[in-house]
Formats: sequence, structure tokens, C-alpha cells
Amino acid sequence: MSADIEAVFRREYGRCVAALIRFLGDIDIAEEAVQEAFTVALAKWPVDGQPPNPGAWIVTTARNRSIDRLRRESIRHERHTEAHHLYGTRAPEPELIEEEPVSDDRLRLIFTCCHPALHQSAQVALTLRLLGGLETPEIARAFLVSEATVAQRIVRAKRKIKDTHIPYRVPAEAELPDRLGSVLSVVYLVFNEGYAATTGDLIRADLCTEAIRLARLLVELMPDEPEAHGLLALVCLLHARQAARVAPDGSLVLLADQDRSLWDWGLISEGQAIVAACVRRNMPGPYQLQAAINAVHSAALSASDTDWSAILTLYGQLLALTPNPVVALNRAVALAEVEGPAAGLAAIEDLDLGTYYLFHATRANLLRRLGRTDEAMAAYAAARELTTNPTEQAFLDAQRESLAVNQ
Amino acid sequence: MTQYLLAVHNSGTPPELSREELRQSYLDTDTLTDKMRDAGAFVFAGGMGAIESATVVRHTGGDFLITDGPYTETKEYLGGFWIISAADMDEALDWARQATVACRGPIEIRPFEEPPPLPSE
Repeated sequence: MSADIEAVFRREYGRCVAALIRFLGDIDIAEEAVQEAFTVALAKWPVDGQPPNPGAWIVTTARNRSIDRLRRESIRHERHTEAHHLYGTRAPEPELIEEEPVSDDRLRLIFTCCHPALHQSAQVALTLRLLGGLETPEIARAFLVSEATVAQRIVRAKRKIKDTHIPYRVPAEAELPDRLGSVLSVVYLVFNEGYAATTGDLIRADLCTEAIRLARLLVELMPDEPEAHGLLALVCLLHARQAARVAPDGSLVLLADQDRSLWDWGLISEGQAIVAACVRRNMPGPYQLQAAINAVHSAALSASDTDWSAILTLYGQLLALTPNPVVALNRAVALAEVEGPAAGLAAIEDLDLGTYYLFHATRANLLRRLGRTDEAMAAYAAARELTTNPTEQAFLDAQRESLAVNQ
Repeated sequence: MTQYLLAVHNSGTPPELSREELRQSYLDTDTLTDKMRDAGAFVFAGGMGAIESATVVRHTGGDFLITDGPYTETKEYLGGFWIISAADMDEALDWARQATVACRGPIEIRPFEEPPPLPSE
């Protein structure tokens, strides 16, 4: 595929498939029709030039081709009249009238892909496939699973949507908070997969960009949902630090030690503006609060300028909304900055996080600051045992060695 | 409209319900069934006898083999079910939410295959 058409494919695929699913009532047939239309584009566009609205051209072409196919099949089955009633008449040639895809279609598609009756791994694969236009091998490489596994997840999910009649519509107001939650988690999960991949694997880092694109889409489609704005702000603010998070030698750089001139200040000001709007709206939720915490970090010109008492307050609100030990652990880090490492340590000792490497890494850091070196070294060792990410392992080894040297 | 099975799965160790709670659960289940009837969603429902009452019949090598006990040894077995008619999965899920509350146990939803399966030639 030429670079131009490939860019259109990535940008317009979700929009086109969403429109065709509404028209054809079947995901597989819609995907086939859209791919066929791109094949036509590949032959026509280099000769005739790209149409002014390529997405609309694809939808109209895909629609007409599928009407033709359904007609041919109907004639074969001698049910021509019936097909005529069912599928209407052929639209004029795409060059004459271009059909605008309806943005609601993509919203329907997101809610179908992230339906709670589907397993989360299937929700993620379907969302990336149908809305992101990613091919199966790309999804497989991004999530470090085999192509066969991804292909199977997608086939099973589509089959379940068809067999159980999972509807193609935006949920009613009453259901929306629950259903929106699973949509937001899928996008955040996609982001985290990319964010956790600090090995410089470009395909994985691409997931962050894709997640930001999906988050922007959610905000565009649901401008009245504060948590959609919160998610977009959060991923912008986190992704802004990407270049500063990993040193040239591949090692992990903690927030306090990052070169802030490497941050993407465009993304940061976008994230901060969204957070400010969320504060004015005053309908806080977990994503908005996490975004606000990151906005406070981003507002500090150096680590020592960080307004830790603001962060402590925000973590207090987050803990009240989502009482879980990981949030409590993060709150304890802020508490240690405000009231000292002893207070931080006291706040985490009873947390049930024995299998979470960051619990041990945080504990090690607090013990180190309290001068309890032997215990700190043991805690770094415990953290090291629990992570498989080589960048994180190298970081923990370096911390432990620096303690051993000073002893 | 699609027909769905809402299956009530009883585990070997049922939750410890007091006599009063158990009675209330039966009443709630009946109320829900009436609600399904009123909404035109009801097709059929039934509660199963104890799992110890199960018998399995097999046709093997020209003989009928009859064995005492359930088909598979499992910790969970079908305790009862509703068959409902619903517009789509979300409507079925809505009934299932009410069903799990009424009978104090998990509900498995499965669509009936459609169109009715035709054995291929």
C-alpha cells in the first residue's frame, strides 16, 4: 500500500467499518467491504488523484460494492425483489455524492467492542482492530502474544457478538456509567502496555500514540463525560515524559531525576488545560484525579519545587473514591514527602501488597532514607524478584549496589 | 427476538441461607417469573430436583446403558433455569441481573442457536 493510502487507511478505517456495520449488520462483511474499497482506491487514486473526502469515498464505494454483491447472491437465490426492498437502491457513483460517515457509528462500535460480556483481552484486540485499524500481527507484537492467539480472540469475540446478539448501539443513560468504565479501561490498558515497554520497542511505544488517539476520539464523541476528559489529560501528561523516562543507555529515570527540558511541553499544556476545565466542572472521578496529580508534577520546574501537599490531598480524594492498596501506596509516597519517611513507612506497613514489586521498591526507598540500610537492601532484593522487565531490574540492581558501596 | 437460557448454577456447597432467607429467595424468584410473564419475555422456567436424582442413559454398541448419577462429576450443576425471549444481549443481561439477585447465585446466559440447527446432508 502506498504511504498516502496507508495513512488514510489508519485514519479512516474505524470510521468506515463503523458506518458499514450499521448498514450491513455484520462485522465481518463490513470489514471485507471496506478492505475491498481500499483495494479499489489503490488502483484508482494514483491515477485519478485522491478524492477530497477519502473516508466518505471509501464508505460509498464499500456500500455500493456490497449492494452489488448482495444483489448477485439474491438473484442466484431468485429473491431479487426481496433484496431490493432490503438493501434499497444503489447510491450514485462516489465521485458524485459522498456519504458522510456518522460519528455516532464509531461510538456504537466502541461500546460493542468493549461490551462487558467479552473478555477484556478480546475487548482490547477488537478495539485496536476495528477502531484503530491495526492488523493482527501488529496487535500480537504489541501485546507479546502469538498472532494465532490474537486471531482467535478476535474470531471468538465476533462470534459471541453475533450469537448472543450484543447490540450495536450506545447504551442508555442508566447503563452508561458502567459501560463507559469498561471503554475507558480498555483505552488506558492500551496506553499502559505501551508505557510499560521501556525497552525502546517502537511498536509497543506506538500503543501510547494509539491510546491518545482513542482517548481524543472518546472526548470528541462524548464531550459531556468528565472521565473521558480525565483519561485524555492523564495519557497526555504521562506520555509527555516519555523521552525523559529512559536514559540513553536504556536505564529507567525516576520522575525526580528526569531532565524536564526533554518533556513534551505541548502535550503538558494540553493536559493541564483539560485538568483545569475538569476542576471547574467539579465532577471528579478517578481518571481526572490521576490527571490532576500528574498536572501538579508537570507544573514543577524542578523536582524540589513539587507541591507535595497538593498531591497528598489529591491522593486522599482518589483513595476515598477508589479504596485500594496501590492508591494507598502512592498516597504514602506523597505523605513521606510532606511529613517525612517515617510517616510514609508507617502508612504502608499494613498494605496487602506482598507480591507487588513497587511496594517493595517504595519500602526500600523509605528505609534507605531512614538509614535502615540492611532492611532497604533486603527490600530491593524482594522487588527485584518480582519484576520481569529488564529496565526495572537494572534500576533495582543499581539502587542496591549503591547502598552496598556506601555501607 | 432471540431466546436465551438463564441457568442457575448451584455449587456443591450452597451459600448458607437461613430458612427465612431461603423462603424469601423462592418468593423473589416467583415474583421475577411473573414480571417476565407480564413483560412478554417468559418462555419457560423450572427448578431441578436434587442432583442425586440424576440418571444417565447411553446407547452404546446396540445396548442401552443406564447409570445412576450425573453425566459429569462436577462441583456445579444446573439448579434451575428460565428460558426468555429478548431483543438483544443487553435486554437478556437486564433479566439476568434481576435473576441473580432473586435466586442468590450466579446466572449463566446462553443464546439459543438460530436459525434452528439443520443437520447437514
